Formats: sequence, structure tokens, C-alpha cells
Amino acid sequence: MKVLLVAEYREGKLLGSVNELLGFAESLTAETGVFLVGKKDNLPKFSGRLYLADVDKHRDYNPDGHKALLLQAVEKEQPDLIVFSHSSYGWDLAPRLAFALKTCQISEVVAVEGNSFVVPACNSKLRRQVKSLSAKTVLTLQVGAFQASETGGEPTVIDINVEAAPRISFTGYEAAVGGGVDLTKASVIVSAGRGIGKPENVAMIAGLAAALKGEYGASRPVVDAEWVEHNRQVGTTGQSVAPKLYVACGISGAIQHLAGMKKSEFIVAINTDRDAPIGEVADVLVVADLKQFVPVLTEKLKAL
Amino acid sequence: MKILVCIKQVPDMESKFKIAADGRWYDNSDLVFRMNEYDEYAVEQAVRLKEQVGGELTVLSIGPDRVKETMKKALAMGCDRGVHVADDTIAAKDPMTIAGIIAEYAKDQNFSCIFTGMQSQDRGSGQVGVLLAEMLGLPAVTTIVDFAWDGDLFSVKRELEGGIKAKVTVQGPALFTCQLGLNTPRYPTLPNIMKAKKKELISLPVEQLQKTVILQETERLYFPEKKSGGLILEGEVASLADRLIGILKEKTAVLA
Repeated sequence: MKVLLVAEYREGKLLGSVNELLGFAESLTAETGVFLVGKKDNLPKFSGRLYLADVDKHRDYNPDGHKALLLQAVEKEQPDLIVFSHSSYGWDLAPRLAFALKTCQISEVVAVEGNSFVVPACNSKLRRQVKSLSAKTVLTLQVGAFQASETGGEPTVIDINVEAAPRISFTGYEAAVGGGVDLTKASVIVSAGRGIGKPENVAMIAGLAAALKGEYGASRPVVDAEWVEHNRQVGTTGQSVAPKLYVACGISGAIQHLAGMKKSEFIVAINTDRDAPIGEVADVLVVADLKQFVPVLTEKLKAL
Repeated sequence: MKILVCIKQVPDMESKFKIAADGRWYDNSDLVFRMNEYDEYAVEQAVRLKEQVGGELTVLSIGPDRVKETMKKALAMGCDRGVHVADDTIAAKDPMTIAGIIAEYAKDQNFSCIFTGMQSQDRGSGQVGVLLAEMLGLPAVTTIVDFAWDGDLFSVKRELEGGIKAKVTVQGPALFTCQLGLNTPRYPTLPNIMKAKKKELISLPVEQLQKTVILQETERLYFPEKKSGGLILEGEVASLADRLIGILKEKTAVLA
């Protein structure tokens, strides 16, 4: 088995996600090559071939150019699997490669089952086992699903270069909305999800957070609806937190949210749906309507 | 401008799912269906672009007859006409096949702008939009959270990890896959729901459009295991609160 891993580079830095890709390759005991549009002074640590293109020339985001470069690496390496992180870079580039190679792509893999791959379905409520019917297969791996490799090593660099006229112009980055609340310092976080129903109920969540001497946060839909400011968002596009206690109120548990809070020491979920995926990470799942339960809990905590 | 928006009908994700008898998909009975959430943002952006520049906005969906109900919502939101690709076995098809069906329809239509959701809530492959663009030879920008057209260029922002955005410009024709929060999807008004009933909604048999072979198959659909040792509390709220406080005192230091 030969795998070609697609590493990522952004704003002058190699992203750590490549170590999870290397861990995945190790778990398959596969012969490993890595593709990177990056810089020579910041390479992933492994033993194998590294296909390197210069980021100064090809930019961080340039799908037409990166696809052409990656196709050249695939041509030289002839891998069975071409593996990306399921990230804004990976899910953008992977289907372009799958189409060019006329291969199957399996997205957001969380586990390997024999010759098949397991992916989430229905907002992570279900799992789907999928088999590729093409000779090569393109995979994207769910971030955090595979143990990062710590083996180390020195790659053998093979420079690649190919010209492709980009149709998309990447004009720069816009920094995250900063300031405000640093949730990473809170020892207790109580977060509001879509299940709170209406913006007036944010106060109820903030009240429970205060009774627990913590901060309140929110999941993405609540922030998108502008019920809570973005600087309180927990998840991959907000803050990643690991407090002593995390209370998820009316949060179903989308992977983007789970990735940002599952390292919390103790997790309580309050949800009317027993099957909500938040149950996968919760130490305690309270099956209740939070609008009735949270005020009662808050009063009892205040009386302690 | 000729605009296309592609939508998918999915089960309401709050549903109680049951696995179908063949063990490969969910049982369709007793499910409430709705528009894939990401596609609501795609429809809204398509309608806004049409309102800005004029032209014709087509909504396309693939699936059994019931998907026409979801298409009527898109028509009531402001799409001009609907193209339904009638297919009772859509759940067994892979992203390459689904994109191929749409591409076969769209290839002679000269759409200047195509919108899709960035992924579906049930399958979540995130592939169909990008594959469609590749098949049509169009540039695609994924995961957009901001969109503008100035008469010459599309200027969009892609959402990256950690709240960072990438600013991107592209010349049309182009395809965009829409992320949650891109806009605020409108609710169809009653007069618009009535008007939508009179809009064109044609059905095409999938056999006419399907040209590719299937490259992957679902072997099994199942429920994941819960966290081992995770406790489920049920009952009356006051006793639930007492039990939870007891557990927090025992297992955490936060009430000390």
C-alpha cells in the first residue's frame, strides 16, 4: 500500500495537521510520500519522499495551480491513496483531484474498517461504511479522528514545479474578529446551542454560567443568528477550549463544535434528543427541555 | 444573468432515524423532509444576485417526487423556474454521479453563476459543487461566507479555520459553494407561496442525464456508540437538577 499525504501551509507556517495524516499512514503500515506547497525550512518530520513546490510562487490558496502540482506528484509516486485533512484546504482541493484522476473520493473519514472507510452521516448522528470501487482513492480525514505521529525522521525532498494559469485570485487574509472574551482561560463554560430557541434565552445560559462562576459561550448557529457575539463561539471556526466543566445546552454536537470542546475535563449535555451526537462525548447527558431545566438548576446552584 | 442554484432535500436532522431494512441507508418512512440547510443560504444568495442584476434563476434538485415540495419553497423564495430530475434511487448514487447528472443538464445552458450548498446534512461529502464546476470547466470557490458582484468580478470570502477568512476574486462564469451564515435566508411570504404555485416546474427522467459509472458504494449505515461510561439522566427537572449537582460535587472540583 502506498499513500500520498497532502500537507498544508498557511501564512508562513506548516500546519500541524500533517502529523495526523502521518499517523493515519502509520496505522496502515503504508509506504508514505508527502506533497507540500511550502518552504524548505519548515518541513514535516518523517522518512520518505517529500514533493515540494514553492509557496512564494504558488501562493497559499490557488486551486488550479495546486491541482496541477499535485497531479505531477501523483504521476511520480503512483499512490493507492491520496489523503487530505477534511479542512478548508482539503475539501476544496480533493474533489478537483478526484475528478482529474476519475477516482472515488470518500470525505471526512473517521475510521478504517478492513478495506472500507467509515464516515459520519446525518449531522454525525449516524456512521456510514463506504467502499471505493476505483483503483486509486482520494480521502479526506476528519480533523482529530486519527492519532498524530511522533515518529519523526528526515524526508528526501523532490522539487516539483508546473505552470497553470490561476482562474481564481487570492488577494489576502482577513484576521479573525478578535478581542472580548478569552474562553480558553475559563474553568467552567456553559454554551448555548440552537436548542435555546430564541435570543431572549441567552440570558438564561449566562445566568447558569454565572452560578457556576464561569463564562458562557455558543455554538455556530447561535452566533450566525447574531444572538451571541462571534468572540464567544466555541468550535473549529471559533475558540478551542478545554475547561474543567463544559455544559452544552441545546447543542446537537456538529463535529466542528465537538472538535473545539471535546478535550474538556467533564462534559454535561442538556438536550431533548437522546440520540444527539453530543452524547458521544458527554460524561452526563441530561434528557430534558433546557428552558425548564436550566432555571431550576441555576436556582439550586445559587442556594448551595 | 442566467443563474442556477442546486438544492437537496434531506430529512430534518432532529428526526428519530431508523436504519432501512437493507442496512445501507435510513428508513424514509416517518421522516419529515426539508431543504438542506446549506442550500437555503445558496438560494438566498442566488435570489439576491438576481434581484441585483435581473435575468433568470433556475433551481434544480434530484430525487423522488417529494423533492418538488422543497423546490416549491425555493420558488417561493424567489427562484423563477424549477428543474426536477426524477430519480427514486438517488441515495445509492455517489457524488461523481450526482454531479455528472447536473453537469449533463447544465452544459448547454450557459449559466453565468452557479450556487450550491457547501455540503449536504445527510451525506456531507462536500464534493458535488466542486465536481460540477470541474465537469463544466468553471472555477469554483468553496465555503463562502461573503459574496459580492460588481458588474465585472465576483468578490467573495472563504471561511478558513479559527475564524480567518481568505479574500478571493474570480471572473464569471463561476460556481460558489455556500457556508452557513453567508446571509439570512428569507422566509417565503404567503403571496410569494401562492405565486410559486404558478411557476414552471418541469421533471426530467434521470436516465436522460446519467452518463457516469458509480465509483463507491455504501456497505452499511449504523448508529455510533456513545461514550463508554457516559450517564443518561431522565426524569422530572427538580430531581434531575439534584442528581446533576451530586455528580458535579463528586466528579469535578467546580462546586468546591
